[in-house]
Amino acid sequence: MMNRKGYWPFLVPGLALVSLVVAVPLLMTIGTSFTEWSGVGSPRWTGLANYDRLVHDENFWKSFSNIVLMIVAMAVVPTLLGLFLAAVLFDYVAPRLGNRTARALRSGLYLPQVLPLAVTGIVWGWILHPSYGALNTILDKIGLGGLARNWLGDDRYALYTVMAVMLWVQIGYPIVMFMAGLQRVDPELYEAASLDGAGWWQRFTRIAVHQIRPEIAVVLITTTIAALKVFAQIFVLTRGGPGNATLVPSYFAYQNYFERANVGYASAMSTVLTVLIVALTYVFIRVQPR
Amino acid sequence: MRRWFVLGALLVVVLLVLAPFVLIVLNAVKTPQEYATAGPLAVPHHLSFQGIADFWQRVSFGQKLANSALISGCVAVLGVAFSLFNAYALGIGRVRGRNWFLGAFLLANLVPQEALIYPLYYIAKQLDLYDSRLAVIIIFTAIQSAFGTFLLAGVLAEFPPELLDAAAIDGAGRLRTLIRVVAPVSRPTLGVLFTFFFVWTWNELFIPLIFLISNDNQTVPVALGVLQGERMMDATATSASALLGIAPAVLFFLVFQRTLTRGVTAGAIK
Repeated sequence: MMNRKGYWPFLVPGLALVSLVVAVPLLMTIGTSFTEWSGVGSPRWTGLANYDRLVHDENFWKSFSNIVLMIVAMAVVPTLLGLFLAAVLFDYVAPRLGNRTARALRSGLYLPQVLPLAVTGIVWGWILHPSYGALNTILDKIGLGGLARNWLGDDRYALYTVMAVMLWVQIGYPIVMFMAGLQRVDPELYEAASLDGAGWWQRFTRIAVHQIRPEIAVVLITTTIAALKVFAQIFVLTRGGPGNATLVPSYFAYQNYFERANVGYASAMSTVLTVLIVALTYVFIRVQPR
Repeated sequence: MRRWFVLGALLVVVLLVLAPFVLIVLNAVKTPQEYATAGPLAVPHHLSFQGIADFWQRVSFGQKLANSALISGCVAVLGVAFSLFNAYALGIGRVRGRNWFLGAFLLANLVPQEALIYPLYYIAKQLDLYDSRLAVIIIFTAIQSAFGTFLLAGVLAEFPPELLDAAAIDGAGRLRTLIRVVAPVSRPTLGVLFTFFFVWTWNELFIPLIFLISNDNQTVPVALGVLQGERMMDATATSASALLGIAPAVLFFLVFQRTLTRGVTAGAIK
């Protein structure tokens, strides 16, 4: 029987640090959300007024409808496309052209993931720039100048353009995860299915997807949370604009904290987002297949 | 026939993903004149590093690199140390209420940064730590170690008890066992955590953007992000700045590739 005494002191420094940096500030933010405060002087208690203002604020609803589309672009589409590409790399490229080719292609697809998001924003900000950007210049050169758009500056296209950039950023992550998962699948299952006359598509949907359900769950939850928290790309690419076309909750909070000195209001927004993320994670953990 | 079709389609996807990198490299080493006449797709006639040198000078990029390296390095080392201590108590020590603590660390990891930023900003100002690299190091050490604790506690829960018993028989105390037995045996996982913490901290924008306002303290992403906001650069200067931002990231990717791909899947196996 192992002695369990004497481990407590090891937890104290870490617990103190996380309390100071996470727990205390979080409680302060929740408290501030019930007040009106500009950041100087003392906050004035206003009860639920900030929350009442939130539900009547068009920008609040806009930022949440935008975040739903961000979840599509950062979680749903990358997962579906990632499943397909991982299966092609694993089932098709690796056996026929060798593991090296499959690994090289995987690395290429993963590369956008390692870039700092601010750099991603700069790269795409330039490519998509209406006057000197590479995309419009190329379209012009090949005689498709009519397709050129102000990709990030026109509120009809800005959000879809940002979504496309997000897909570019995210696609490598599910591919790496799913290819690792596919290695766990017992080859005998595949052989048995082949003997039963199942084609590639059937084996893929009936066996592979079923077997890597844990990986799919992990990818879906981590990318969904990343989408809810998205800030850097929006900050660098569009600053939420034009108008509120690409506004997201984190940027909305940033504006209210530091540009408009509506600290109480921004705190209410942040509290709503925190509750949403925690609730979503709880649901995911509950329904996740074991 | 179908094989070539599938392969061709895949190759197109990969090329599309890599195209922005190619564009950046092509245009970072081009003169503005050549960009104006030949366009973004042309291979430059002769290499010009003027754009890169100008940008380096303008933002004192060397200083930004040093700041990023200092902050990320300190966070990676301290973050791994805190994670190891916490996980030792929770995973091996199984202290009372450990599930509650694990839940708390998971929660700390989920909280969006905007829910912490204003109190942190306020506290840092009171403590005279605002606009200091130390404040950013402390904050990210806490945030990263919350994740590290969660991951590492799961790994250490499976630690072979024979090794612990052997250490106890040799008369090693808790701290000695941690340093001499647990840490060396867990080195692969600690390596993955170190890499993650370093790269994640390097890439952060939100908190450094708010905390590091003076030029001498800024990190690479902050310098690039602020400059992009000014929108006063031409195409070649922008690609030069992007190339300088990409270079360290790609370097880490190549150096840490094996650890990273191993680590990316570490969370899924549990």
